[in-house]
Formats: sequence, C-alpha cells, structure tokens
Amino acid sequence: MYGYMGKILRINLTDRTVKKEDLDFELAKKYLGSRGLGVKIMMDEVPANVDPLSPENKLIIASGGLTGAPVPTSGRYMVITKSPLTGTIGISNSGGFWGPQFKATGHDLIIFEGKADKPVYLYINDDQVEIRDADHLWGKTVSETTKILEEEFEGCKTLAIGPGGENLSLISSIINDVDRAAGRGGVGAVMGSKNLKAIAVKGSKKVPLYDEEKTKEVSRAKVQILREDPVASGGLPSYGSAVLVNIINESGILPVKNFQESYTDEADKISGESLAEKHLVKNSACYRCPIACGRVVKMADGSIVGGPEYETIWAFGADCAVYDLEAINEANMLCNEYGLDTISTGATIAAAMELYQRGYIKDEDIAADGLSLSWGDPKAIVGWTKKMALREGFGDKLADGSYRLAQSYGAPDLSMSVKKQELPAYDPRGVQGHGLTYAVNNRGGCHIKGYMISPEILGYPEKLDRFSLEGKAAYTKIFLDLTAAIDSIGLCVFSTFGLGLPDYVHMYNAVVGDVHTDESLLEAGERIWNLEKLFNLREGIDSKEDKLPKRLLEDPIENGPSKGYVHKLDELLPEYYAVRGWDENGIPTEETLERLGLEEYKGYIVKEMA
Amino acid sequence: MISVEVRLFATFREGRKKKYLLELPEGTTILDVLNRLKINEEEASIILLNGVDGDASRELSNGDVLSLFPPVGGG
Repeated sequence: MYGYMGKILRINLTDRTVKKEDLDFELAKKYLGSRGLGVKIMMDEVPANVDPLSPENKLIIASGGLTGAPVPTSGRYMVITKSPLTGTIGISNSGGFWGPQFKATGHDLIIFEGKADKPVYLYINDDQVEIRDADHLWGKTVSETTKILEEEFEGCKTLAIGPGGENLSLISSIINDVDRAAGRGGVGAVMGSKNLKAIAVKGSKKVPLYDEEKTKEVSRAKVQILREDPVASGGLPSYGSAVLVNIINESGILPVKNFQESYTDEADKISGESLAEKHLVKNSACYRCPIACGRVVKMADGSIVGGPEYETIWAFGADCAVYDLEAINEANMLCNEYGLDTISTGATIAAAMELYQRGYIKDEDIAADGLSLSWGDPKAIVGWTKKMALREGFGDKLADGSYRLAQSYGAPDLSMSVKKQELPAYDPRGVQGHGLTYAVNNRGGCHIKGYMISPEILGYPEKLDRFSLEGKAAYTKIFLDLTAAIDSIGLCVFSTFGLGLPDYVHMYNAVVGDVHTDESLLEAGERIWNLEKLFNLREGIDSKEDKLPKRLLEDPIENGPSKGYVHKLDELLPEYYAVRGWDENGIPTEETLERLGLEEYKGYIVKEMA
Repeated sequence: MISVEVRLFATFREGRKKKYLLELPEGTTILDVLNRLKINEEEASIILLNGVDGDASRELSNGDVLSLFPPVGGG
C-alpha cells in the first residue's frame, strides 16, 4: 500500500480504549481518503438522526492519500462529523503542519466515539497512543494549550479547541498550529461535547511512495507551474486572500450590513493592499506550499499574530460596516484563541446589528453587556466575539449562530444563511453560479466547496458572464466534484489557481500507484458528493433546504454596479438536479447510484426514512 | 473632452497612484488608458467598466469608472 499509512485509530472516549484497525486500501482508492473516506464511515457507522452533540455522534479526523507526501500543498487534513449547526454532514478542512505530522505517526485517520467523563487530550507519538487527563488545559485558549503541550512534548504539533468549543458554541472551530482553522459547521462543539480538548502528535514515519523518482519529477513540475502562475506567485503571496476585498467590492457583490447593501466606498480601508501596507509583518506558508498566502500581522499592542483571511475581513468588516483593520485583526485573533469560526461569528454579529436596527433587539437587552450593536462600532466586533465564546451575557444568544438568534425573534429571514450556516463574502445576486453553490452545498452556506467566483469574477479557468444562467448548473457540478476530489486526496484548493485535473491525477498516481484517470478521479469526487447528499437526505434535509435567504431571491440589489439583480435559483435548481442525475426532488436516481459505484445505497433513503 | 475615474489595485499600485481622474479626448479606449498608465494589456487580467467586465477596445464615456486588476485569486 502506497500513499496511505494503512492504519485507522478508533478511540472510544467513554471506556477509554484505543483500537488499531487496518485501512481497506480498495476503499481508500475509491473514496480517496480524508473527506471521502470520512463521509463513508459516517454513513455506515452512525445511525440516522443522532444528536450531533451526543456520544452517539462520531468525530473523524482524517488525512488524504497525498497529505504529507512530497508534493505541493500537501498540508491538509479534514474533520468529518454530523454538524450541530446545520444537521447536515459536517466537513471542515484545515492546513498548516498538523495534518502531515499526524500522518507521520503512521495513521490515516482517527475515529472518536463516545464521550469522556472528564476533560482529556490525545497524545500520539508514532505507535504510542494515550488518552490523558486535560484538567489543566480545560478553559485555556488555543495558544496557551498549544504552548503547554509543545513544551511537554518537544517537536509535537497541536490541534485544539478553545473555550468556544468547550462551551458548545454551534459556530465553534477546531484550530491547529495556533492559527489554522477547521472553521465551519460547529465542529469545535462536537469535540467539546466529547470532553476532548486537544490532540498532540509527533511522528517519524514517511509516506510510502509508489514511485519515488516519478513523485520527485511530478512534484518539481507542479511546483514550477505554481511558481510561474501569476495568481499563485503574485497576488496571493503579496496580499493574501484579502486581495479580493477590492475586486469583489468593485464588482458590486461585497455584502454590506448583513446583505442590505452590496457596495461600499470604504472597502479600500480594509483591503489586502491596506493590510499589506499597514499591518503585514510577513507572509506564511503551510506544509510544502509554494504559494504562502498566510498573513502574519502586527497588532495595535505590538504583538505578532496570524492575520485575517478575506472572509474574516468581510464578516467583521463590511458586513458589520466596520472599516477598521486593527479591530478586525483583534477579532480574528480572538476567534483563533477562543476557537470560533470567523465567518459565522462576524456574520452573526451583523445579523444582530440588523435585528437591533429594526427594533427586535432593544437597548435594555444589551445594556448590561456594555457593548453596542450599532453598525460600524469596532468595539462591538471585538467585545461580542469574546462574549460569544464565553457565553457571557447577551453573547450567549449569539453563540449558536444567526439563524437561531433571528428565529428567536420570529425573524428567521434576517439570518443570511443556508441550512442554518452563515453565507460567506459574496452577494449571490450578482454571481448566479456561485449563488447556486450556496443553495445546494452539502454543508450549508459555503463558498469554498465549489468556488464559482473563480470563473465568474476572476477568469479562471475561463471568464464566464456572472449574470448569465447559461451552462452554470453543469459548471457548478464540475467545480463541486473536483473540489471534493482535491479535499479528499489531501491537497489545498488554492492550488487550483495554477493546477488542473490532470495535475492532480499525475501526483496521485505517482504517490499511490497507477489508479486514477482524469475521468475516474473526477468521478470519485462526484461519488463523494452524492454520498454526502444521501447522508443529508437520511437526516431529513432534502431539496426544501436547497434555498437562499428570501432577501436574495426577492429584493433587488440596492446600490453599486450589480444594482437591480436578484438570484434566479428557481431557474437554476431543476437544471442542476438534472445534470447530477437526480430526480426533480433532488434525490439521486438508482441509475446514478449504480453509475457511481454506490449500488449498496440503492433504496437506502426509502429504508432509512421508513 | 470626457472625464474618467481610473482605479488601480494590487500590484498595479506599485509606482503609480491608487486613483486617477483623467480628462480625455472623446473616442479614448480602455487600451489607450492602459498605454498611458504603462500597463501591459496582458497583465490587466480583470477590467471592470462601471463594475462590469469591459473589453480593452471599448470606448470610454464621460463619468465612467474604470477599475483595473492584475491576475488575482483567493477565497
């Protein structure tokens, strides 16, 4: 077996047992690893309708076949579980160094089951696997936890939750390497519900390579492509993902004040250019990454920390009408320290600000907190973030995301979310294909699992008319499937700015063996997407949930270059289901399941729902 | 004469200003503006004329806003 380490760790936290199982290589090649294999395990091992925060839910931490291999951007790992925020499959990805270090212990994935009776952490040093008491870590921030563990175990890498996950915030994240986040879906709360504080890993094993010479040769060629690509070697390292602030705003699709407006004259104050000019110390790279889009910034108090991504700058910035990078840097730092998802945290504060603007939230509701919910208040984004993680005062109401907050006031339409997860930083009314990916995403409101901004705004791999519906359903399908494949082999989706499907096949086949063609790798992605869909269907999340907030379907954009547009989901959705080989209710047909090698799930939905 | 606002972003700001208010003769194209600012047409990966994709051959009108970007990506 090449590429994979061949071992699964099964940790039962209730009875504190550790089992090692063999990885099924055939299954690994079929589902690629990481996201794909994790979803397969969730589907087969976890019964339908479990409470995501109960011991019956499982938490899977998984590497892919290429994670840790000597190919570019191989630093990724995936968290797979049932999401407590959305009730859908939870799939949350992160980079940094933890994933490759975990794989170097000789394991491909960990399945956590049950719930520890008190706080614990897991320590893995190659074959040594120990569940240890974490009383001294519980309540600590991510950087404090990381420092304690990395002093105790020299050379280890740490993944941890902060107080956000401990307090079961439904928008809490899992953080590794101090500032890299598996952010979305409330995966931190699942870890917290199991009383699992951290996983420290130290490994000495190498990923076994099918063809060492070929791997070297292929890797050199792909690194060269990324070094010569103008995006991967220019815009991203210079300005980080925040280079998008200005282009998204100039296109009139930068959501402002909880999507009430879609353009602002003040965007440049919080742009990647301004961040680079005023706050950037240096950029940073994940494991084996020639792109190095990460930001290291100097804070107002002089401390040096990981800087904000584009989505973070938007959520705390334009969405809350705060055009103050110092405050955004601080809110971002707090999200990393306390373990909250930056998109959902900022967007939930924005929803609260609109609820306040419209009189649902009253001054007396927040008086005791000493914080405002006024648009543009930099103290508010910092103050509420901390109170959300600690569930202090009114922060407790914000801690479970904008949907539950708005719903509690009888105004769920003021939550700009899909399947209860907050939408990211692009107004879909001005990017029709991207809006479709919001509506149909298996994990709820998400931009990264089918990044149609790339063709519709940035011109990769070709320029599409962003207002047109023509061909968008088929394009979207390919983007969703390709991303599922890239996630599952363990590489970073940012590599797609330079690399294409054949490049991933070259790398996979050099490392794992001559397994995949362009067609079969993309089909594996499609298989994974369909399996996630089946998971959601059995949880009762069907096509009725493939929707967008009312505002985006009915109210035309009020200002800026995309003025007058609404999203035409009703026209796109039937075409999308058709190109997927799903019926008009968005359910995969038996023929589609057969074509994708998912025969075993034929009749599954009927059975599960009965 | 027409008046046009040109906005530059990312690496296009190196050695140039962020924003230019240009008085130009009627019939000036986007390409003429690129030449005037010494920006290579191939490098101007994203050209937005009043926020919507513009072609370099397009003629400019009074009051237009032209936003120019080198290749950028993110997410």
